[in-house]
Amino acid sequence: MTSSTETVSKQDIIDYSARLGDDAIVIGHRLSEWVSRAPFIEEDVALGNVALDFFGHARMYYTHAAQLSNEQNGTDDITEDDFAYLRDERQFQNHLLHELHKGDFAYTTARQLLIDVYNKYFLEQLEKSNDETLAAIAVKASKETKYHCRRSKDWTLRLGDGSSESHKRMQLALNDIWGYSHELFELDDLEQRLVDAGIAVDCTLLKADWLKEVTAIIEEATLTVPDQEWAVRGGRQGYHTEHLGHLLTEMQFVHRSFPGAKW
Amino acid sequence: MSLEKLELFEVFLRSKRGLDHKHAGSLHAEDKEQALEYARDVYTRRSEGVSIWVVRSNDICASQEDDSDSFFDPSDDKPYRHATYYDIPKEVGTM
Amino acid sequence: MIHSVDLYSKNRIIKVVNILTTGEEMTKYNKSEAELEAIFQQKIDSEQKIEPKDWMPEAYRKNLIRQMSQHAHSEIIGMQPEGNFITRAPSLRRKTVLLSKVQDEGGHGLYLYSATETLGIERSELISALQSGQAKYASIFNYPAQTWGDMGAIGWLVDGAAIVNQVSLQRTSYGPYARGMIRICKEESFHQRQGYVIMMELAKGTPAQKQMAQDSLNRFYWPSLMMFGPHDSESAHSAKSMKWKIKRETNDDLRQKFIDQTAPQIAYLGLEHPDKDLVWNEEKGQHDSGEIDWEEFYAVINGNGHSNRQRIQHHVKAHEEGAWVRDAMSEYKQKKLQRKINAETAA
Repeated sequence: MTSSTETVSKQDIIDYSARLGDDAIVIGHRLSEWVSRAPFIEEDVALGNVALDFFGHARMYYTHAAQLSNEQNGTDDITEDDFAYLRDERQFQNHLLHELHKGDFAYTTARQLLIDVYNKYFLEQLEKSNDETLAAIAVKASKETKYHCRRSKDWTLRLGDGSSESHKRMQLALNDIWGYSHELFELDDLEQRLVDAGIAVDCTLLKADWLKEVTAIIEEATLTVPDQEWAVRGGRQGYHTEHLGHLLTEMQFVHRSFPGAKW
Repeated sequence: MSLEKLELFEVFLRSKRGLDHKHAGSLHAEDKEQALEYARDVYTRRSEGVSIWVVRSNDICASQEDDSDSFFDPSDDKPYRHATYYDIPKEVGTM
Repeated sequence: MIHSVDLYSKNRIIKVVNILTTGEEMTKYNKSEAELEAIFQQKIDSEQKIEPKDWMPEAYRKNLIRQMSQHAHSEIIGMQPEGNFITRAPSLRRKTVLLSKVQDEGGHGLYLYSATETLGIERSELISALQSGQAKYASIFNYPAQTWGDMGAIGWLVDGAAIVNQVSLQRTSYGPYARGMIRICKEESFHQRQGYVIMMELAKGTPAQKQMAQDSLNRFYWPSLMMFGPHDSESAHSAKSMKWKIKRETNDDLRQKFIDQTAPQIAYLGLEHPDKDLVWNEEKGQHDSGEIDWEEFYAVINGNGHSNRQRIQHHVKAHEEGAWVRDAMSEYKQKKLQRKINAETAA
């Protein structure tokens, strides 16, 4: 990584940190929808922990974005909540995979497998970022992500190689979401600038390791890696599926009903 | 009979009614019944217990030291799980 | 033998009894039932805990199963009204706190189910009893959570009332229950506080927020008092439970504690007290208070709350939708076992 940060603006880093926050808050929201709905209590508590981890990551990324925004504007009142609650659907820049509906337990498992393994490789690289705060967040998030990966792998094996019903559901889920995985490995101009400055992760370089690991787990689970042709993209440009609007409506409703209120 | 052929058991003692069983140590025995008897002889010579559990060591699945980063560190930054995170005015009494 | 036919699980009891019939226990069991009961009551009277493998009167065991499972069910059903607001929490900080609280409730339900299982009954049986309506849970959870203020009121008042009861139960006579309560009380220490902090923020916030706090207090105050159960004179289970020290303090005594501790908390918030008859009685050193609407209490218990059906249907739905997952787990386990056997045979 080079150490030149001259070509990137503070706004670039704010935007980047906010999109990483968007990924985390949106998947955390989906996981939190499982509370009181898991297949048994142990899993309810465990899913709650994973959701809490993602909320924690979102707060760190948004707080970083908020601090930089305050520095940039000479203000002190921009907070993490402004990013989570006061931006609209077109302004959210999470990857589409994160926002897709909650689905059944197989769907959640399949999605977590793709996301958790991605995050493992992503955070390993982010730890080397020239932005010290991002690097520190990555160190912290990495630890939790290792545990998430372990859970996702175990559940994929159990469900893939479990009953014919669970096998069928897992394969359906993988087929349903696979097309949303490709954009995880693409850079837009913003991220390219930040990669050049040694701040963002070059996610195009993560694909080989990710695919290798995910494929090994899917195959061990007696499942098949889906067709590679189908691909949907656009999350980083705010071009979302219809799922996100409903998620944000729910998430932001109380906050927006009382403008300026403190909680 | 060599000692290696004997199974290893972990011994848990309840020192007093109402308290948890706590790990006391381990011993070798042929089976669980014998382990219970030896536990009595080995670990409660000074009436340390009112109840003994023995568990085959092999039946214990333990977390690994290497895992501690991903197993336990994540709880470090969750101060909101503790009462001290919330400032409660004195006027309203203990809570 | 001591345990004859069990209401819940005959086989399981036979298993338990078989474990018991060894060595010293056997000798103990050769005593008559009257002798055993005398020894049992003596332990209780001298503040010794009863432990899972001790002899205990069948009625004690059933009473415990009833009370502990009701407690466990309350934790589990109690996840719903607050769980209902996790996705809508108005700040990320509150969202995180609320999720961790609801998650704790799941954990506490789990501890309590496990402690109940030491009495020779399985979790699946307990859950069936909940879903069929045979077992009860705290009726407070049949009230709907409608606003963010309710998250404050539930944490502060509902958890507050539960904690008064649970602190008392740390001294209950059954060891696993008492130990569970100690752990739960420790972990729940933040639950009430986070609720009160929500109320403080609302009370000092905009007029609309303060109104929200008052509304939640008004709706949850009386139902919280009902959580302690009927008056002692009306309580079906109280006398025996006290003799066996399953319960340590009476419904009315615990309720009084809660009323007394809550009054200054309401005053501090600058909210109106929902009980217009509440006055400090200097002589007694406690508050005199208005009468609870017991008709409402029994109406809600008997299924006429806003959310009775919803709560059970939610639980049943989650349980049924999880069935294929639980089946898959056991098939996977069988497969793994079979593979191991095959590998060993081949070797």
